[in-house]
Amino acid sequence: MLSRVAERIYWQARYLERAENTARLLNVFSTLLLDLPSGTKLGWRSLVEITGTDQAFDAKYKQANERNVMRFLMLDNNGSSLLNTLASTRENARTTREIMPLEAFEQINNLCHYAADNAAAGVSGGHRHRFLEEIISSCQEISGLMAGSMSRGAAYSFVRIGRSLERADMATRIIDVGSGNLLPDLSSGMDFPESREPYENTLWMNILRSLTAYQMYRQHVKHRVNGEDVVKFLLQDDDFPRAATHALTTISHVLRKLPKNTQVAKQVDKTLRIIQKGDISKLLNDGLFQYLDNLQVEIASIHHTIADTWFLPHK
Amino acid sequence: MRVNWKTYNSGGFFDEIISSPGYARKPARRLTSYLRSLTHDELQEKKRAAELAIKTMGISFTVYSDAGNIDREWPFDIIPRIIAEKEWDHTSLGLQQRLRALNCFINDCYNDQKIFKDKLIPKELVVNSTNFRKQCMGINPRFGVWAHICGSDLIKGGDGQFYVLEDNLRVPSGVSYMLENRRVTKRVFPELFQNHKIRPITEYPAQLFDTLAAISPRRSDYPEVVVLTPGVYNSAYFEHSFLAQRMGAELVEGGDLVVEKDKVFMRTIDGLSQVDVIYRRIDDLFLDPAVFRKDSTLGVPGLFKSWVKGNVALANAPGAGVADDKIIYTYVPQMIKYYLGEDPLLPNVESFLCIDKVQRQHVLQNLDKLVIKPANESGGYGMLIGPQASKRELADFANRIKSDPRNYMAQPLISLSTVPILGDRIVEPRHVDLRPFILQADKTYVTAGGLTRVAMVKGSYIVNSSQGGGSKDTWIVGD
Repeated sequence: MLSRVAERIYWQARYLERAENTARLLNVFSTLLLDLPSGTKLGWRSLVEITGTDQAFDAKYKQANERNVMRFLMLDNNGSSLLNTLASTRENARTTREIMPLEAFEQINNLCHYAADNAAAGVSGGHRHRFLEEIISSCQEISGLMAGSMSRGAAYSFVRIGRSLERADMATRIIDVGSGNLLPDLSSGMDFPESREPYENTLWMNILRSLTAYQMYRQHVKHRVNGEDVVKFLLQDDDFPRAATHALTTISHVLRKLPKNTQVAKQVDKTLRIIQKGDISKLLNDGLFQYLDNLQVEIASIHHTIADTWFLPHK
Repeated sequence: MRVNWKTYNSGGFFDEIISSPGYARKPARRLTSYLRSLTHDELQEKKRAAELAIKTMGISFTVYSDAGNIDREWPFDIIPRIIAEKEWDHTSLGLQQRLRALNCFINDCYNDQKIFKDKLIPKELVVNSTNFRKQCMGINPRFGVWAHICGSDLIKGGDGQFYVLEDNLRVPSGVSYMLENRRVTKRVFPELFQNHKIRPITEYPAQLFDTLAAISPRRSDYPEVVVLTPGVYNSAYFEHSFLAQRMGAELVEGGDLVVEKDKVFMRTIDGLSQVDVIYRRIDDLFLDPAVFRKDSTLGVPGLFKSWVKGNVALANAPGAGVADDKIIYTYVPQMIKYYLGEDPLLPNVESFLCIDKVQRQHVLQNLDKLVIKPANESGGYGMLIGPQASKRELADFANRIKSDPRNYMAQPLISLSTVPILGDRIVEPRHVDLRPFILQADKTYVTAGGLTRVAMVKGSYIVNSSQGGGSKDTWIVGD
């Protein structure tokens, strides 16, 4: 397989996964509002922080309110908006059309047309839910189509690697932001401290939902929803597909089929060890941010090792 | 309101479907009566279904403009064009004959130059052509074939006969649209395919692959064939990716290839892997910055030398465009007699060479009745349609011809045939041409039909997609 094609397939899978994650994130936090006591200020800015585009946001908007954040993350021309992510998926799919199943391109193409035609209406509250649900289910359809029709060769390996790395990345980002300042009013102490807990639980529940993890958490963790178990589940669970450990383990399995895999395998193992050794209850008291920052650096380093090993050298 | 063939009026032009008001030609009768059986709403519904299919299938082409490059959906008319099997078989033989002669000519130009010595074509005409590559002298590609893929443009005149308008021997495009048009038509009119005997066209990619595999310098069961594209911003990128996919070949860009020890390799996840045949969709001059344009970033340094040494095959071969010159075109009937000893099966359009003093005089005196074409432009650019030109344009072209007669030829304005298209309200006649694709390596092959291009604007003769042309499916039908 051509190095350039491997790179584009990898990015196509990452962008497709990112689009699905973004849509779910926006959807979950729009509904989260409804569960919170009226007057609670949701930290909308955190959503921008999750995607790592705060600077671009601040350059364009003065206020991080619902409308501005939604516009920014759905419509605007920035690296992480839903429309841009989908357009990048399509662009990469367009240049790998000769490798990917024909129907996958048709569906990606349709999804882009749908998103472009409906995103503006989707920004406003009334249509948002339906619009985002449609995006999510289309993304899943496309992933399913690839799973059902692609041979387990190099091309599909790069799909899985791209998708899994994006998942590991997303899990750490969401925990990072979720455990911090999504609910600034709550964490800075409120007039009714005894009633804080249910809202915190609501928050953690929604963090699980944003990674479709709620149901699986309930089945496998048994405990009621609480911060420590949620963070453990999303980082260290072996079996849940969007948990960082599972995603990275998938990569290390898939790697074995690819040539020249030693360096990448080393970096993946190193990252997995850091995750497995993390003492979550201790970290929650102190040092979680530092720990997650470090983890993100390691995940980024997996990407760079992949690029150095298999992709075209950039001049 | 249903289709009414009695009010359909081609205005004196030869119509390929309706011979006189209300009467369809024989091969088209099933189609015309089927169309009549549909209501207006049903027809419009089918039209919308076709537009949707095109959007979904992502069939697009790129238009260059000041505002950036725009990907546009392919303009398509749903009513198929009908050509009788018998007529096509004859045309197909004529096209194969033509390509065989053209390849003999190109090989002769770069080797013995017998045709110049025998004074059939003046040598200066050829070696001064912008498409003559002196670097190719003395090279003898496998089977003596330089142009492996040819797209010839055919038109029907007032007499209903096919004429050859030009031969495209550099990087002819359009074949993917021919195939996609059929796919769309099958989605829209499945019922029509049941009661017609329509020649299938889907084998083209396999035929193309066989042609390319046949010229591989390494004798192996699986030659590495690649399609070389300038990249996603090229107007024909859709086609490059389409053909690569259908042939199961890698689609490569210049940056994917590297030359080592006069062999061509592509960069893969396993390291370097040798390439045998390159179906290049890049112009000669951009192929290799070490030999041609130094500023080309699309090509591969060292590629030309690898080809000269016989370590890689290029289709079409560099320099093949020497026969794709509108001046050389006028000599093709003589070439057929000279190289093959046969009578041409397909006529050229009558042409006048401006380099010849007598013919130039005739052209200058009749500018307002003729079509003037520059020798090497394509896509309908740079030509003058005399009857539709202003006095200023005519004077301007007269000056251009006088100062550079080698670069111009003239043809009478052919009354292009018409076929019906489905407008918003009624079925109306529009002018069409046809681009079949001809392949040659160890054997020759012609597509069943080709790409029909339609001038979608009423009365217009311009069929190029870059200038408002559309297209339709083309059916070769048996009785």
